[in-house]
Amino acid sequence: MPQFAALFRKDNQPVRYLVVDDSVFARKNIIKMVELFGGEVAGEAGDGLTAIAEFNRTKPDIVLMDITMPQMEGIEAVERIVRQHPDARIVMVSSVGYQENILAALQKGAKHFVQKPVKPEVLYEILRYVLSDDPTLAGGPAVLAGERRA
Amino acid sequence: MRMDLIQPFINAADAVFAEALQGPTKIGDLAMEEEAYRRKGVAALIAIKGDIEGRIILDLAPDVAFKVAAILTGAEVVESEQVVRETVCELANMVIGNSVTLLNDQGYRFKVFPPEVHMNDEGLAGSHDTEALVLAIETSCGNIFLNIAMRHLARRRNERDAAPALA
Repeated sequence: MPQFAALFRKDNQPVRYLVVDDSVFARKNIIKMVELFGGEVAGEAGDGLTAIAEFNRTKPDIVLMDITMPQMEGIEAVERIVRQHPDARIVMVSSVGYQENILAALQKGAKHFVQKPVKPEVLYEILRYVLSDDPTLAGGPAVLAGERRA
Repeated sequence: MRMDLIQPFINAADAVFAEALQGPTKIGDLAMEEEAYRRKGVAALIAIKGDIEGRIILDLAPDVAFKVAAILTGAEVVESEQVVRETVCELANMVIGNSVTLLNDQGYRFKVFPPEVHMNDEGLAGSHDTEALVLAIETSCGNIFLNIAMRHLARRRNERDAAPALA
């Protein structure tokens, strides 16, 4: 597994992630990457409804959201979260990556899309991009692990 | 059977296994079968309905599933039936999702149903008069089998859209 410079918030705290996927394995795999990037898991959810509740409870910096899930699918969950929290940063993570799906997610307020199986280097670059778009979070070049911003 | 419908599944499976299992893969023997499918291990069956109809079965032995699970999670797993189910479903979802993406971008429209896990000793009969392509993909964890039965029911959307309207 490659090494990555840790990503931090501007207040020098680890970026907090909500990981949403109905597969326990997929969540573990994403969490492994998030921790590799110096992040912290704020919460986990296995469906869209739980994701909304967990978002309200944990107020994460980034949500990593699967699309196909029981009870409520990811795109609907994105719409509901963004309606309540317009500044929410949500990245879709799905094996189904055709254009209509991606467009639907972006139109509902998702910031980006990454296809499974997730390559750590791809997710890392997407997270850097999404974080740099938010003035309250780390922007510009990532800070190396152990060299947090002053 | 039209190979242009089958090929995206083979390509996606090969690419997904190589990436997810972090090792080389090799496509083994291919064969056509008309009889009910006899599982090699635990199977996930995913049905597809729309412009294309059929089903894909992904099948692997429990010991292979445990090795795959350890790689997917990055940790040793407690060997259980639940782990095998989760593993076969996760692999099937990734393969199908990537295949569907390729076919959808070619203009085919269809619905994919959630995977059904089969662990009993019964054969998995084809749902209609389709023959199935059976292949083994050799991975660092062991063989993973695919059984694909697919037929084309409608012209692709692009072809439909391009067709002149009747007066």
